[in-house]
Amino acid sequence: MSGPSVFAALVEFRQLDLLATQPSAIHRLDARAKVIVTLAFIICVMSFGRYAVAPLLPFFAFPVLVAGWARLPSRLLLRKIAMVIPVALLIALPNPFFDRETLLRVGGIGISGGWISLVSILLRALLAAAAAIVLVAVTGFPAICGALERLGMPRTLAVQLLFLYRYLAVLGEEALRMTTARELRGGGRPLSIRLYGVLIGRLLMRTWDRAERIYLAMCARGFVGDFNSGQRSVFGLREGVYVVGWCGFFLLLRTQDVAYRVGQAFLGLLP
Amino acid sequence: MSHHLVEARGLTHVYEDGTVALDDVSFRITHGESVAIIGANGAGKSTLLLHLNGHLHPTRGDVRIGETPLTKQTLPAIRRTVGLVFQDPDDQLFMPTVYDDVAFGPRNQGLPEEEVGKRVQEALERVGVWAVRSKPPYRLSGGEKKRVAIAGVLAMAPDILVMDEPTSGLDPHGRRQLIGLLAAFSHTRIFTSHDLDMVLELCPRTIVLLAGAVMADGPTREIFTDDELLSRCMLERPLAMQACPACGKRKL
Amino acid sequence: MHMADALLSPAVGGVMWGATAVTVAYCARRLQSDPDERRVPLMGVLGAFLFAAQMINFSIPGTGSSGHLGGGLLLAILLGPHASFLVMASVLIVQALFFADGGLLALGCNIFNLGFFPAFIGYPIYRRLAGVDPSPARIAVAAIVAAILSLQLGAFAVVLETVASGISALPFGTFVLFMLPIHLAIGIVEGLVTAAVVSFVRTTRPEVLPTTAPSGSPVMGVALMFFAIALALGGVGAWYASRNPDGLEWSVAKVTGGSEPDLPQSGIHATLGRIQKRIALLPDYNFRRTEGSDGKAGEAGRADGAGQDRLGTSIAGVVGGVITLIVAVVIGMAVGRRARRAGRAS
Repeated sequence: MSGPSVFAALVEFRQLDLLATQPSAIHRLDARAKVIVTLAFIICVMSFGRYAVAPLLPFFAFPVLVAGWARLPSRLLLRKIAMVIPVALLIALPNPFFDRETLLRVGGIGISGGWISLVSILLRALLAAAAAIVLVAVTGFPAICGALERLGMPRTLAVQLLFLYRYLAVLGEEALRMTTARELRGGGRPLSIRLYGVLIGRLLMRTWDRAERIYLAMCARGFVGDFNSGQRSVFGLREGVYVVGWCGFFLLLRTQDVAYRVGQAFLGLLP
Repeated sequence: MSHHLVEARGLTHVYEDGTVALDDVSFRITHGESVAIIGANGAGKSTLLLHLNGHLHPTRGDVRIGETPLTKQTLPAIRRTVGLVFQDPDDQLFMPTVYDDVAFGPRNQGLPEEEVGKRVQEALERVGVWAVRSKPPYRLSGGEKKRVAIAGVLAMAPDILVMDEPTSGLDPHGRRQLIGLLAAFSHTRIFTSHDLDMVLELCPRTIVLLAGAVMADGPTREIFTDDELLSRCMLERPLAMQACPACGKRKL
Repeated sequence: MHMADALLSPAVGGVMWGATAVTVAYCARRLQSDPDERRVPLMGVLGAFLFAAQMINFSIPGTGSSGHLGGGLLLAILLGPHASFLVMASVLIVQALFFADGGLLALGCNIFNLGFFPAFIGYPIYRRLAGVDPSPARIAVAAIVAAILSLQLGAFAVVLETVASGISALPFGTFVLFMLPIHLAIGIVEGLVTAAVVSFVRTTRPEVLPTTAPSGSPVMGVALMFFAIALALGGVGAWYASRNPDGLEWSVAKVTGGSEPDLPQSGIHATLGRIQKRIALLPDYNFRRTEGSDGKAGEAGRADGAGQDRLGTSIAGVVGGVITLIVAVVIGMAVGRRARRAGRAS
């Protein structure tokens, strides 16, 4: 039960991390631009009212275009994004129950507000997931941490994030070894709370010892308590165009009902 | 040159619970020597290494690097001169990418970024892993990690290279590559190891520890032919010096 | 429970981000003045440890379902409140980015809900209850109480954040009645697991656990805690009250069992509506049962304003939306193909 989930999580982590190393124009942009645009995107999307469905659809252009431009593998991304659907449906489920007043009539059938907002929630979840996943895939975690630090995050937290990122795979593998060993001897019985406590406790002790050794290694190379970061990337014209362009696009979609206008125009063309 | 000298005089280390980890250890290692420190587990090898860069303080006796005694003030200079490579590279490679990790030492030394870049490139090329400089450590093989760990120390331009179990965990190919690399260094080299065949190849001089005390200190060949000493110290001959498994004859 | 972007409005998200940012800055500054450099690698690997520990499941007796360690309380016991808050924040940030758990806007909520309460409320309670050199039973009791308290507060915060955002139709009362009992059970389990680990550590390596109380004046921590809660409740409560009068009525009636109390008409309501309009970043919310700021009973929103009518309810909108989506995908694929060709040529 535990072994495969640890393994699966590690695989997910590695796949997304690997995508960040590809060369493309988007990858080369300063991370701050990409972080800012992603945040603007999420804020715009989440600012819609609960019944917004159609106006959300054009927003998919952002992750689709960026992923295309950065040459990200579409099947992998779609699979990852689709993983949020079950959870999204779960949290959206109450809506049709509690919001039953009909808002829309199609043919003779009335669709209640609850169902419309359920679809809206689903779309939001997909857009949010797409934005986050694409951000990591085109930026890479260390660069995101650097960008956040230059945007105001305290150094202590930035260093913490980088260490966590570095040792996630190491600790994951240790956990995998311990759970596999335990499962092979456990005779198929699920882990009880007490045994879980012992397992986690042992992992904790090994982690504690590892921290000691890392500290020794850091001191051996002159660590005196502060981290000097190295290269600085530049926020230049390209980044400015990227930010202004996308934010302008988001504002356009948010304030002008682009979907409606396109739809009207299209339907107007039909005989 | 005197500043490459490593000298221990009456070095004794007693832990808080009373265990004697090192007992009156004395030796003198001069510039350019390649020395192995061997012994059973718990003999005090790792403890000794931690004294060489000032991590541990002697209960009695002292350690000198060059003519400099180890004090709080001299510690940064000592740590620049003595490069210590730990056994598990995952403990040593703690930065998100190879480049950042090798740059850690030079940056701590306060060097300008351009100089840091030069040092990093030289070190990585020296050990042959420049190509993986942007990778996170978890994507490297065991041999690559070891070499990056060495590069991280080389980038600080040490005069003395100290390594704890350099070949442990390596596959035969990685081991062979590492031995070739270490043989080409001109630094003063001090290794602890269970890999007695590597010791035979790389280190003309060997120090044998048992329960924290020096049992022997001399030419490697001599020590490895002294079977009584080896068995007393819970060791045995390197495989290359044991009887041939097919015909039973001894080569060396 | 993790808060999700999909149920969150930018206003509520922004408030919680503010609370989180303040707490992060405070904790970072407190840690900077701490001379213990060992802390740096320790915090890092403990974060990774927590991650790994959360990936392993145990089975909960009697229910047949599985659970895992939350870890906020355990971290606080091992590291102290300030460091553990930052570690928890780092774990949640990585989860949001790599595993799409929650979301980036909701990160402010999640860090606060799951990090603040265990560190600054649960942990002091634990210390007070556990005392010096406690027995395993006492550890268990202290941990359970602390965990229950932290989780209940966290769950209640989720409810407030969700309802104030207005995306979910789940009424306040129902949500509360759903969340609190479940998190009571989760709290008991979390307390037991935390106690199990702490007891194990005490028997094998007692020097790992700090025996002295966390450094620094407790007054500042408590004051900060109340400030943060007040901030969150104030902002969130104001929005909620101004937009969901019927929801409040309904749940009040449900909870008290009495008849609906008379809501003050123009007075508070109008004032709150005006406050809301001034504070709200994007006042263009489309809300079916909104009572207008002038106190009139809400129209269904269908008749007024061109924009409001079309948001989500017109066929033309849906058609147009699908068309733009298809156009975007086609452009995206074309751009991708061109970039790939350019990449091959260079």
